[in-house]
Amino acid sequence: MAVTPERVDNDGLQWLDGLIEDYRSKEYPDLLGLLRQVQERAGYLAPGLMKRVALATELPLSQLYGVATFYSLFSTKPKGRYVIRVCESAPCHVEGASAVMTALKSCLGIDFGETTDCGLFTLEATSCIGVCGVAPALMVNDEVHGNLEPDDIPMIIRKYQKVPV
Amino acid sequence: MEVYRSHVLVCQGSNCNLKNSKAVYEELDQQVAAKSLASEVKVIQTGCFGLCEQGPTVVIYPEGTFYCQVKVQDVPEIVEEHLLKGRVVERLLYTDSIAPGRVELATDTPYFAHQQRIVLRNCGLIDPESVEEYIATGGYGALAKCLTGMSPGEVIDTIKGSGLRGRGGAAFPTGLKWQFAASAPGEEKFVVCNADEGEPGTFKDRLILEGDPHTIIEAMAICGYATGASKGFIYIRGEYALSIERLENAVGQAKDLGFLGEKILGTDFAFDIEVRIGAGAYVCGEETALFESMEGKRGEPRVKPPYPTDKGLWGKPTVINNVETLANVAPIVEKGAQWFASLGTKGSPGTKVFTLTGNVANKGLIEVPMGITLREVVYGIGGGIPGGRGFKLAQTGGTSGGIIPPELLDTPMDYDSLVEAGSSLGSGALLIIDDSHCIVDLALCFARFFQHESCGKCVPCREGTRHLYNIVGKISRGQATREDLDTLKALERAMLKAPLCALGQTAPIPVMGAIKHFTEEFLAHIDEKYCPAGVCEVPTADEALSASD
Repeated sequence: MAVTPERVDNDGLQWLDGLIEDYRSKEYPDLLGLLRQVQERAGYLAPGLMKRVALATELPLSQLYGVATFYSLFSTKPKGRYVIRVCESAPCHVEGASAVMTALKSCLGIDFGETTDCGLFTLEATSCIGVCGVAPALMVNDEVHGNLEPDDIPMIIRKYQKVPV
Repeated sequence: MEVYRSHVLVCQGSNCNLKNSKAVYEELDQQVAAKSLASEVKVIQTGCFGLCEQGPTVVIYPEGTFYCQVKVQDVPEIVEEHLLKGRVVERLLYTDSIAPGRVELATDTPYFAHQQRIVLRNCGLIDPESVEEYIATGGYGALAKCLTGMSPGEVIDTIKGSGLRGRGGAAFPTGLKWQFAASAPGEEKFVVCNADEGEPGTFKDRLILEGDPHTIIEAMAICGYATGASKGFIYIRGEYALSIERLENAVGQAKDLGFLGEKILGTDFAFDIEVRIGAGAYVCGEETALFESMEGKRGEPRVKPPYPTDKGLWGKPTVINNVETLANVAPIVEKGAQWFASLGTKGSPGTKVFTLTGNVANKGLIEVPMGITLREVVYGIGGGIPGGRGFKLAQTGGTSGGIIPPELLDTPMDYDSLVEAGSSLGSGALLIIDDSHCIVDLALCFARFFQHESCGKCVPCREGTRHLYNIVGKISRGQATREDLDTLKALERAMLKAPLCALGQTAPIPVMGAIKHFTEEFLAHIDEKYCPAGVCEVPTADEALSASD
């Protein structure tokens, strides 16, 4: 089944239609849940997919885009396989987050907001992720890494580089 | 029923999890089986025990021996020495940073000795994935008591009588909120649990949900009974993967056992709960922004009034309560309003869960009676400032909270005392900052947060947070003048009144608090263009001196 930014095959269409049917039939519809599931499958909320969702839900495309671009966990642009979100809020800041952020930029060779050429990593700064007991911390997709020192970064990056695609 | 001679509790809260506590738990399980101890020793995964700095933590009962920073390679020794031979593994015991020597029992450590765990009563003690363990410790007994022996009005009177105030930050009297919703006209009402914990430095709700999810479900059902709501939602932030998993698991278990659904406990009461997942926006912790988000829109706050208890989610009367607030409900129903009101202080009854963060030896989760002083928390429980550094300031209540300088260390931690001191209790986040940091650099970090998280709906916040950030940035780069300080004061006046919600209203507080208590340090950046702490990108004191030669 293919539900990707470039194409949606027949199985994919069926799956998408099923999601939207579920959304429409709920007494209390959950649009954020719908968008989250589409993004999980396709990697990001690509224009083609958004158009299909708009048509099927009868929500204006502009409204959908307004929602998708509001939330930091949604993306309407392609991202790396791994999105690294490093916390820049005060409890991490006072425990050395800046040095960790510098190490990340240096190790990956990109700046915040950018994706590596190999398409593996996107680097982002984020607000507090709620693991301040092990500050400074970052998330790689759903996985949290804490008690970070700059020297830990290369090892963390290598760990994800080694995961078979 | 199986009876074990020993219980080994392994913390599986988020903070320990990312330090490999899952592997420690699995290794313990394996080793216990390998040594043929499985029928005598039970290995249990629990929620957060509290001392996150020292994780992964393992507690062995009946002794209560408290092992810290346990690694997978330590497990064979624990099994061999402690479980088989009854000998404590000294090197893994907790070492207090103040009192000398190692401490064997958790209850003997200053960290735990001062605590009174009501909200956290089950965290670190039960397996959060086992509804049986929740019931065994008295869980769902409060719901049963309400449904079979109390009228909705009596339930509300109990919560009112306890004096419980909201624990998310706004501190509104909970009983009153329930009463407003109960008396609001309308057939359809909702109960919403605000689990969108986004205030920096706060991770108590995450750990309550990871450690004791059923208490939230039970409390929401009690609220539904009291107010006439039959539908509940838990809105939880998308970043909290483990909490979501444990919550969804618990909701499923509650449904299977009939604590949720139709005819609960054989009565006519019906209540259902749905978990809704957020998508990354601090402002969605604001109650009306949360409703907007749930309704499939941008998380932009609404004008109040009308208040949620009149017109909330989908325009219906809604009670929206914080996770910690709800975790107090079952104990209050069980033990009575008087019991709760007798704890803490008169204006702030009960206990409060604080999250200790920053430059403090014992970072983690604590629960103490309201009224304990900041000094007792930082030095008594927190273990003081590590690295031989001095206390520069504390920020209470999260990034939207005020600054407490050293002179005010003896301020009691309760709602009213902290307001008097120019700050707030807020979410209970405590950020301790040592004297190696620059106050201007900190203020910039605070300002950046609000500028980033502003939803953009109202001009005073959208523009105000941007100017706050820009001006503090200028100060940190040595590009500001005294006029900029006047502009900040004008911004403060405007932003305390004009923004649509508390995000904009609280944004100036930490910045202006920093300027008030550390004026000299700010003036060094403005007048003399240098950073005394040597942090900001301005010339150092020496460079400034030699430049003026």
